[in-house]
Amino acid sequence: MSSQMMWALIGGCAVVTELIKAAGPVALGGRELPQWAAGVIGLMAAALLAALVVTEALSEGDRIRVGADTAGVAAAGLVAWRGGSVLLIVGVAVVVTAGLRALT
Amino acid sequence: MPDREPREPAQQTPRRSFREGLRAGLPYAVAGGVLSLTFGVLAREAGFSALGAIVMSAIVFAGSAQFAAISIVAGGGGVGAAIGAAALMNSRFLPMGAALAPSLPGRALKRAAQGQTVVDASWAMASRGEGNFDRHFLFGATAVQYVTWQTGTAIGAIGGSAFDPLALGLDAIFPAFFLALLLAELRDRRSGAVALAGGLIALALVPFAPAGVPVLAASVAALAGLRRRSAGA
Repeated sequence: MSSQMMWALIGGCAVVTELIKAAGPVALGGRELPQWAAGVIGLMAAALLAALVVTEALSEGDRIRVGADTAGVAAAGLVAWRGGSVLLIVGVAVVVTAGLRALT
Repeated sequence: MPDREPREPAQQTPRRSFREGLRAGLPYAVAGGVLSLTFGVLAREAGFSALGAIVMSAIVFAGSAQFAAISIVAGGGGVGAAIGAAALMNSRFLPMGAALAPSLPGRALKRAAQGQTVVDASWAMASRGEGNFDRHFLFGATAVQYVTWQTGTAIGAIGGSAFDPLALGLDAIFPAFFLALLLAELRDRRSGAVALAGGLIALALVPFAPAGVPVLAASVAALAGLRRRSAGA
């Protein structure tokens, strides 16, 4: 990758990220959201986080697949469900994933 | 800290909120540090210079967007596609920012600046219910994560060739981290159903849609919030 491409990518990502993060506070600052919007927004994190988890753990590019990391994330989910701390959760994910890769 | 004592809002000074945020953000900051180390390594493999990787973490500071962007250029995609994927990944900050907006005072520029502190874990933890957010808690929780995000990126970008992120299982950190956030987010049956629907929508679109779109499309599941809550739910 040329250095020009790299800096264009970095600059572009920074601008879109900052615009997106600023949009809500600038457009809505100081005003309450209507009831219907609050209901949708309250559920947005659950929908998006679930989507991030499954796409990361179960897909590679445009392919659905199961790998060592899928097992690692599943084990981490079990620890999270049993009330483990975030460090334990992440630690279990890493150890199970790396362990399975070492064995196979 | 006695947790049974009713918390009086008058005692919750900005400084105290900020410190509580720092403390609450610490475990996420440690996990994020390892995650950003992985980012540093992968960015170098995608053809970034060490300086480029470090600057990207400093001014973008959005893990999923950074990972999405470099995975696209590493796979031969163009700069425009990579920026587009980063924007789609970050689109979840639109509703998060909108939810936070009523809790941010000041002029537009100040609110825009405060809105930059939204990252997943901080935003979720700073929510006080009923659409209220403790913004100083948010700032604290994000500040500690920002520090480790930069440190991890620098270590990975400069010393990354010393280790293999796949052999170490570092790629499992990102989804495990988001899974922990998700489970904390599931408060009732409805949020569970929405998460399930969101996950299924995303997975169903993976073979057909460009990178980033499956996650964005999953936001449709949150439209379940348009239905009035039944009593007790």
